[in-house]
Amino acid sequence: MLRKPNGATIFPIDFKIKAEPLVIKNGRVIDPVNNIDKITNVILSDGVIKAVTDDIPAEFISKKSIDASGKWVIPGMMDMHVHLREPGREDKETIATGTQAAAAGGFTAVACMPNTTPALDEESKIRYVIQHAEQCPSKIYPVGAITKGLEGEELAPMGEMIRAGARAVSDDGKSVAKSNIMRNAFNYAKPFNIPIICHCEDPALSQKGHMNEGVVSTRLGVRGIPTIAEEIIVARDLLLAEYTHGRVHIAHVSTAGSVRLIRDAKKRGVNVTAETCPHYIAQTEEDVGLYDTHKKMNPPLRTAKDREVIIEGLQDGTIDVIASDHAPHVPEEKDVEFEAANFGVIGLETSFSVVNTHLVKKGILSPSEMVKKMSVIPNRILGVHGGSLTPGIPADITIVDTETPWKVDPKNFFSKSRNTSFEGYKLQGLVVMTILDGHIVFERKE
Amino acid sequence: MGLSSRHLLGLEGVSKEDIELILNTADSFHEVLDREIKVVPTLRGKTIVNLFYENSTRTRISFELAEKRLSASPLNFSSSSSSVNKGESLRDTIQNIEAMKIDMVVVRHGAAGVPHFLTQCTDAVIINAGDGLHEHPTQALLDIMTIRRKLGRLEGLKVAIIGDIFHSRVARSNAWGMSTLGMNVVLCGPPTLLPQPMDSIGVPVTFNLDEALEGADVVMFLRLQLERQASGAFPTIREYRERWGMDTEKLNKLSKNVLIMHPGPINRGIELSSDVADGPKSVILEQVTNGVAVRMAVLYLLGGGENA
Repeated sequence: MLRKPNGATIFPIDFKIKAEPLVIKNGRVIDPVNNIDKITNVILSDGVIKAVTDDIPAEFISKKSIDASGKWVIPGMMDMHVHLREPGREDKETIATGTQAAAAGGFTAVACMPNTTPALDEESKIRYVIQHAEQCPSKIYPVGAITKGLEGEELAPMGEMIRAGARAVSDDGKSVAKSNIMRNAFNYAKPFNIPIICHCEDPALSQKGHMNEGVVSTRLGVRGIPTIAEEIIVARDLLLAEYTHGRVHIAHVSTAGSVRLIRDAKKRGVNVTAETCPHYIAQTEEDVGLYDTHKKMNPPLRTAKDREVIIEGLQDGTIDVIASDHAPHVPEEKDVEFEAANFGVIGLETSFSVVNTHLVKKGILSPSEMVKKMSVIPNRILGVHGGSLTPGIPADITIVDTETPWKVDPKNFFSKSRNTSFEGYKLQGLVVMTILDGHIVFERKE
Repeated sequence: MGLSSRHLLGLEGVSKEDIELILNTADSFHEVLDREIKVVPTLRGKTIVNLFYENSTRTRISFELAEKRLSASPLNFSSSSSSVNKGESLRDTIQNIEAMKIDMVVVRHGAAGVPHFLTQCTDAVIINAGDGLHEHPTQALLDIMTIRRKLGRLEGLKVAIIGDIFHSRVARSNAWGMSTLGMNVVLCGPPTLLPQPMDSIGVPVTFNLDEALEGADVVMFLRLQLERQASGAFPTIREYRERWGMDTEKLNKLSKNVLIMHPGPINRGIELSSDVADGPKSVILEQVTNGVAVRMAVLYLLGGGENA
């Protein structure tokens, strides 16, 4: 058992042993797939959902129960964009600590990006991740590389990686520079029906940049990353997907222009989905302040106008998913001059609370819209059985309190790293319990 | 009465009163520079580290001379003779130096924000001698001092700053410092070397040289880094010189009291023709002299020295 000063506790589980039956009573159960949003009970048995019912069957009345009154009971959330750093940079994060952070953040599944050392670009490396995930408190769907070594030259063996358990491919961290290689990737991926997840960045425009190009970067004297560095590749990859009839998922949308490009592509019928991250919803370039390296990520925090359009995109469905782009770094990579600092922030353990505070509480997203963007749709995009409380599917459930105010204190994180952009922020709502295959893997105890 | 900040990190946000205090103090140190014995004892016993991570001749010499003339003990550290090449972090470097009991740090670094970062790593007083594209406050102060000494006033003067604005910490510090003092700054250069968005420094910007020069009391040219040509910022030196450079013919169309300035080093025949650089309107060497006085003033005011 791992317990933090605030009572957050991870329970080690032997997943080979079937979970005992469990009754979650009197919670507000929100299951958009089955059109449920009401106070009721959820019954788990044999590691799967047994029923969502107002009347608890006799055989479960004496079973272990959890009182979820005043809480929301939702299908286990999925964060489809995280960096677990293993293999290679286990000093930043491991599969074990990253999945603990996921469980503490209410995520029963994560999709981990392939830019590890070595990169996840072949079957054996995908298998390595999956084997290490077996006893972890969150499921892992690895994302394989598009190109060998993420070098943008030759396609990585998608078929073999998918056979080993990869659910998507991406060269996340950069774009595939050559349009012909990217075209081949879209074409080659079609028989597997997996999305190509695109990190959109034209390096000729972004190189040397450390934050959004604009008034703040000029004032700070920091070279900027223009919005067009992202949008040019968003446009290219949308066109390639359209031309090849391929599937594209645009990662970490940060600009108003990208939202417009994706919206137009969806109208034309392009097979596109898109995600944004909590920091683009809650923060802007102004938050960089005086060279705060914990506000340095790629793509960078943009302007208030970009943020506004991203929020519109979430509301009108242009942006399908909220993912954290959890990117752990050791202190010596952040406690340096701004231009020397690594890009990236962690997010697994603040994602839900940021979304609840900035979108749900403000009435921008309804509770069921939030569940769709953080559970239903990511599961659908990766083609896995999750994101609903349909009887028979694995009992992966998140229970959240949407009211309690708290202040972000990185010392309570399960992640190995501390590089959050929300340190000291006052947020509302907490994950109180995470259930994986019917086992309680995380609980917040007073 | 001292300055309201214990560091000099930039001129953005520095009050008019503080700038005027530095200028007035610099004027009194200027007199010291005209004496036969150019040394005062005001910072005796203070150790000042000149931490230069970028090549610099005049700024480093100017600071060192200012320190010596205040009787401080300068210690020079430049990246070629430091542990930087061994991969030591900036925090470790500054904390090691601080452990040797030093009082002030004058820092130049290629990355913006390093002076701010150092204030988080050390208790020593930090003076910015140029950080990336961000600020070079003592350069702007010496520019302003030169204008005040030549023209006797500052408020309402029009100053045109010409050249590679985007990459210029001198342009930024001057634009902010001069605006605070009620001067009207206009920035001018090729559109490829202006900030994006153009007006993001907060003063008017034009790429029309004639517009910038019209009615200007002071025209300051910035050094052109010739490698910008390779990055596609301008096509040829000749075209740059024709459109953004100053020669006698253009100079003759300006107010006869106009001051021509340049922070140096000059690319002769590019930003300024030699006859302009060496001509009667040029105050370039006075800028250099005033640089020592301004740096003495800053060191004195931040170093807690006794009266000069």
